[in-house]
Amino acid sequence: MWGILRQKVVAGGSPLVRIRPVVSALRSYSSAAKEMMVRDALNSALDEEMSADPKVFLMGEEVGEYQGAYKISKGLLDKYGPERVLDTPITEAGFTGIGVGAAYYGLKPVVEFMTFNFSMQAIDHIINSAAKSNYMSAGQMPVPIVFRGPNGAAAGVGAQHSHCYAAWYASCPGLKVLAPYNSEDARGLLKAAIRDPDPVVFLENELLYGESFPVSAEALDSSFCLPIGKAKIEREGKDVTITAFSKMVGFSLKAADILAKEGISAEVINLRSIRPLDRATINASVRKTNRLVTVEEGFPQHGIGAEICTSVIEDSFGYLDAPVERISGADVPMPYAANLERMAVPQVEDIVRAAKRACYRARPMAAVA
Amino acid sequence: MSSSTFSSSINAIKPCFCTTKNHSLNPSSIPTSSFFGSTHKLRYNPLTANSPSFFKKNRQTHIVAVSDVKQKQQQLKSTPSLGNLLITKEEGLEVYEDMILGRSFEDMCAQMYYRGKMFGFVHLYNGQEAVSSGFIKLLKKQDTVVSTYRDHVHALSKGVPARQVMSELFGKTTGCVRGQGGSMHMFSKEHNLIGGFAFIGEGIPIATGTAFTSKYNREVLKQADCDHVTVAFFGDGTCNNGQFFECLNMAALWKLPIVFVVENNLWAIGMSHLRATSDPEIWKKGPAFGMPGVHVDGMDVLKVREVAKEAVERARRGDGPTLVECETYRFRGHSLADPDELRDPSEKAHYAARDPITALKKYLIENKLASEAELKAIEKKIDELVEEAVEFADASPHPARNQLLQNVFADPKGFGIGPDGKYRCEDPKFTEGTAHV
Repeated sequence: MWGILRQKVVAGGSPLVRIRPVVSALRSYSSAAKEMMVRDALNSALDEEMSADPKVFLMGEEVGEYQGAYKISKGLLDKYGPERVLDTPITEAGFTGIGVGAAYYGLKPVVEFMTFNFSMQAIDHIINSAAKSNYMSAGQMPVPIVFRGPNGAAAGVGAQHSHCYAAWYASCPGLKVLAPYNSEDARGLLKAAIRDPDPVVFLENELLYGESFPVSAEALDSSFCLPIGKAKIEREGKDVTITAFSKMVGFSLKAADILAKEGISAEVINLRSIRPLDRATINASVRKTNRLVTVEEGFPQHGIGAEICTSVIEDSFGYLDAPVERISGADVPMPYAANLERMAVPQVEDIVRAAKRACYRARPMAAVA
Repeated sequence: MSSSTFSSSINAIKPCFCTTKNHSLNPSSIPTSSFFGSTHKLRYNPLTANSPSFFKKNRQTHIVAVSDVKQKQQQLKSTPSLGNLLITKEEGLEVYEDMILGRSFEDMCAQMYYRGKMFGFVHLYNGQEAVSSGFIKLLKKQDTVVSTYRDHVHALSKGVPARQVMSELFGKTTGCVRGQGGSMHMFSKEHNLIGGFAFIGEGIPIATGTAFTSKYNREVLKQADCDHVTVAFFGDGTCNNGQFFECLNMAALWKLPIVFVVENNLWAIGMSHLRATSDPEIWKKGPAFGMPGVHVDGMDVLKVREVAKEAVERARRGDGPTLVECETYRFRGHSLADPDELRDPSEKAHYAARDPITALKKYLIENKLASEAELKAIEKKIDELVEEAVEFADASPHPARNQLLQNVFADPKGFGIGPDGKYRCEDPKFTEGTAHV
């Protein structure tokens, strides 16, 4: 956590950062920058959106009396009552469809999946009833729904609870897919998602829920929301571009620190929005640094890194000085044993190694299956 | 269910709801199960099976379809007096016209398909018109109909103009969804027709959601006059799908204003309902979830109308959902590509003899509600309407090329809504890159 605070100070002090000076001053010099846990950020975003618009309601398993399986919806039942915070039976397909039906008629449901692995039982409604409806009905039936929940690997939960669905949902036109990293992302993107007139898949991360990040005063304002489809440059650099989303942004920032000590200046891009992907920012960065490392936690084949790599090759091929390095989770269902699990998910050392490979600073490794 | 309760449950659910057999109102024949409920209020003691007031309360609000009883009484009397008629002249002609429209339209679809004007999957509704007209003609414009891929006639009954439906089938831009959906995806916001869902069972949770919205509007958003009802149509094959049961549970749990209508035409493509279902009596599945289950003869539009009236009124009052099983039959194959070889010709002949249109025609004429000439005039009018719809569809333009990329999102550029409540892409500072990110 202190490492991250230091990151923010570094980024805020740089003259190239495109944020308003007031905010950067807050970040760099004020030690009274407020810290907020991602969990609280999500809770406050839900709270504010529900109080602003009575059409917003939350439904999911254990969101009410249990205060949320991961306590994201703590206090909301008491505040808004059981008609707006609905505890559902264990019927993903059923209640997701109910949410979509309600969205057809102008309500704004927030459907919580206990983890996105359970969205597999409801994926028919996410893709076929929500994503495609505006298109199939020629604009008559927009679906202003948000599907949210933790995505990707947690700690020791096994293969069926650790799958990352970013690539699955991001491949479907008609959906917007967001993946916040820090508390400010969580607040801004969730508020944007709830206000958005289209179906949004909001991929959180269970291990980030308990992490605290500093938030600016502006982010705490109730009308704060971030644009969808815009990535954020978390750390400026000039030698290699590292793209990441969700928890991997933290790892990438740590890797960038290590690389900086060795003289490699890495630019870290927090994607924030997987669909629509901010190809402009990524390509602009690659044109500046000429090298790219994509980092993700999910499986490699047909993953986010594959899409970014192709986008860069299509648009900025002449600018690349090295092949694109793709870091992803191991191509196996997630094992349970702690040491195997650590090997199956990218670690900071992997990112450092890949960045060095991209900079031709290490011996080339044989292709790993 | 444990074996000791199995035998009692076979006899359990004959009571109030069945229109065909005995009308036993014996409350002791209650389905017993030791797995009932988990909250202390609902804790069920099988030893006191005959007495819990919860069950009695449920039983007493159940609908009893009376049309069969009334029909029997009328036959006994043999000269029905005008006061006993099930329908007035205006209603009768309206329903007749709707059924004729459905039939002519579907026959024209078949013709057009074989001439190559229509393509892809087309599923025709011939023979099932009684269900559509029986239910939908009782609804208001704001009530919602949720359908499946066999949705042409539901669309027509709900009020979508025939020319729009025909253009949609031809894939023209004047169709009800501008050619984007086709036969299986008819949507009309104006007429509150939702789908068009190609996936089996997909429409049921959606319908439950629209019913949920109606209740939410009334109770949370305080729109006091919002009493919209949703009617969900689906088939017998769907009743084995998990989503169906999930929604029966939630609709009854939250007392949603919905009517679940099963169009049991005994066949799911080539799979007979009896081969696919452990207990083929679908109406029985309603009481298992705490809602009334009714079985009705779906080839008789007047019987369907009676049951529909009760079910829709029940939902509108706020008493919760109903499951209605309509025993009906489709005269054609599952779709126009189906060779329809597995169905027994004698079964087809049996149901063809019970054609709902001829039955209603006979009723109207016998009870002096309409003359042959009036009915012929209606048929002629509908023929002209359908012909005109085909001409309109033929003459309509194909969609423009830029329609391919339209309407993927409601949000024009996909950047979301800014803090001021407007689309971000409309903010000139955003597109220039100078807005705060």
